[in-house]
Amino acid sequence: MRFVAAKACAGSRARAGALYIGGNSAAPIETPSLMISTLKGLPAFISRDHLGDLPAPDSHLLHVSPIHFLDCPATKTICTIGGLHQMVGLHDHFFIASPRDSLESLPESDGTNKLGASFETPSGRQLVKPSAYMEMITSLMPNLWASMADEVPAWVSDKRNKTSVDRTLRWLDECINLDLEGGKNVLGFVVGGSSIEERKRCATEVAARNVSGFWIGGFGLGESIEERPALLHAVTDSLPEEKLRLVSGLSLPGVDIIQPFLSTEIAA
Amino acid sequence: MALKFEVLGKFNRARAAQLTLPHFICQTPLFMPVGTQGTIKGLTNIQLEEIGCQLILGNTYHLALRPGAELIDELGGLHKFMNWKRALLTDSGGFQMVSLLHLADITEQGVTFQSPVDGKPMLLTPEESIQIQNKIGADIIMALDDVVKTTITGPRIEEAMYRTLRWIDRCISEFIWNCARRIRSCFTRYMCQRFGGPRFTRKANLTSYWDSYAIGGLVGGEDKDSFWRVVAQCTASLPEDKPRYVMGVGYPLDIVVCSALGADMYDCVYPTRTARFGTALVPEGILKLKNRAMANDERPIDLTCSCMVCKNYTRAYLHGLVTKDAMGSQLLSYHNLSYMMRLSKNLHTSIVEGRFPEFVRGFLQTQFPRGDVPEWVCNAMEVAGVDISSCCTPLASWHD
Repeated sequence: MRFVAAKACAGSRARAGALYIGGNSAAPIETPSLMISTLKGLPAFISRDHLGDLPAPDSHLLHVSPIHFLDCPATKTICTIGGLHQMVGLHDHFFIASPRDSLESLPESDGTNKLGASFETPSGRQLVKPSAYMEMITSLMPNLWASMADEVPAWVSDKRNKTSVDRTLRWLDECINLDLEGGKNVLGFVVGGSSIEERKRCATEVAARNVSGFWIGGFGLGESIEERPALLHAVTDSLPEEKLRLVSGLSLPGVDIIQPFLSTEIAA
Repeated sequence: MALKFEVLGKFNRARAAQLTLPHFICQTPLFMPVGTQGTIKGLTNIQLEEIGCQLILGNTYHLALRPGAELIDELGGLHKFMNWKRALLTDSGGFQMVSLLHLADITEQGVTFQSPVDGKPMLLTPEESIQIQNKIGADIIMALDDVVKTTITGPRIEEAMYRTLRWIDRCISEFIWNCARRIRSCFTRYMCQRFGGPRFTRKANLTSYWDSYAIGGLVGGEDKDSFWRVVAQCTASLPEDKPRYVMGVGYPLDIVVCSALGADMYDCVYPTRTARFGTALVPEGILKLKNRAMANDERPIDLTCSCMVCKNYTRAYLHGLVTKDAMGSQLLSYHNLSYMMRLSKNLHTSIVEGRFPEFVRGFLQTQFPRGDVPEWVCNAMEVAGVDISSCCTPLASWHD
């Protein structure tokens, strides 16, 4: 993977870029770009033989949530099959993994504790520890993956918000340590809720680690639309220019890849 | 005639033929997937063409209800509406009326029923059934018949038989006088009841006008022994040079038996419906992907299948999808229909190439490796003149 950030648009934070995902696509994906959400690695309703009808390579960016595979198949089976790309028959596609999605893996901050992050899934509430998460990442082998995070709603206390940042940073280090490739494809997760200071703190700390890019999360959880620009800017101003930035659930200038939460719901 | 039927090969009663229709040239025996509301659930038209689907069935009742025959007609007919370039067949609407609706009353005029939309009483006459089907515009349409349950006995059967004959005449008149502008083939539903078969043939005055025959009123709860005997009686009585369509069949085994007895066309919701419950069709019978044993099975559904699903997915992955994600239903429906298309093609080719008995034996040996072929199949094959003795273990050894 290679990301090239072009010059920012004058008078604005917006920037264009090119993401080279390798494989059969020589042409890069132009950013800002959207990820297509998936259920167990496959886009909803569009089977692999029809994916080719979508524009390439732009439609090759897929989001995957490892949480979808908590029940099955077993990580050992996924390994023997040969990883996510082989398992879902999409060898030319570029998978970016993060735990949260809008349908089947919703962060449940009440259930999150020092041991792991909690998610509401179709099979109930699940607590996921960094070790289990990294076991799934190792077996799935996505092209890029976000570290684990404690995403909290906008209305939590300052103390809880600060704890979420501390945990997220600790889990980033744990995930990198557990990664067999030493964090080569990791996207450092940035949280901080509705606090400008915490956002800055988290972003600065994550930027200090050797990561491939950044996953900017903790949005779409109760903060007002008016708050978002300032919070996002607090993050992006603390991040190196040349690295990839992803955001989940919203779209604002200064980010490169967006995880949309509504496309499948609208289509369905 | 808008329908041409040319027998290319035979083995006793079994035939392989070419069925030429306005939109497509089909090979029989063939299986028709059911596209109830103008679509096959879970597959696109491109996928249907890829797996070799030749002819799809559309339900007149459902289509007339929604989106409505007038609208379909205005938009150029069902082919254009659903963008399906190959052949289409519509049924008369009678079966759904009787099976789906609580208050369906059959009189000489037609079928009176309660509209599911507003509860008002409505009447479907033979003439109207033809008119609706004409608007839908399928390659093959069906005459309305007086449908009775297969398990019924007594005078009702005879009443239904004679009424159906009178309705068939009305359908034909309507077709000739009012549908002449559209070239279409007309099937008549040839109802075979246990006691009515041979008498029906005589009374039916089988004119050469009718393009083909459908054997209906079966697969409604009768036992397998009655089922095959009725099919055998009907195929023996019907003209050789016209296709025979056994409605609502079904299981691969039933299709093989009916083909041996001389039937040519089949339709059933079974392959796609069972897919939605997580069951795959395989040469050995069925494979229930929901089973815990599938969770770590890295084989494809069927090693002998070359469909998109078997080429790309493991049982383990599909186990996680079926009954939980729509994609599971889609992929399994794709595989199951591929299997049915392959079965149709194998039946046709094996007859044309003069190896039909070998194909039947291979099919039965794979499904019944212990030799426990059901007795009804053995009896049917005897009548069909197909020697399957090598597939059947003698009765005594079953109890060892």
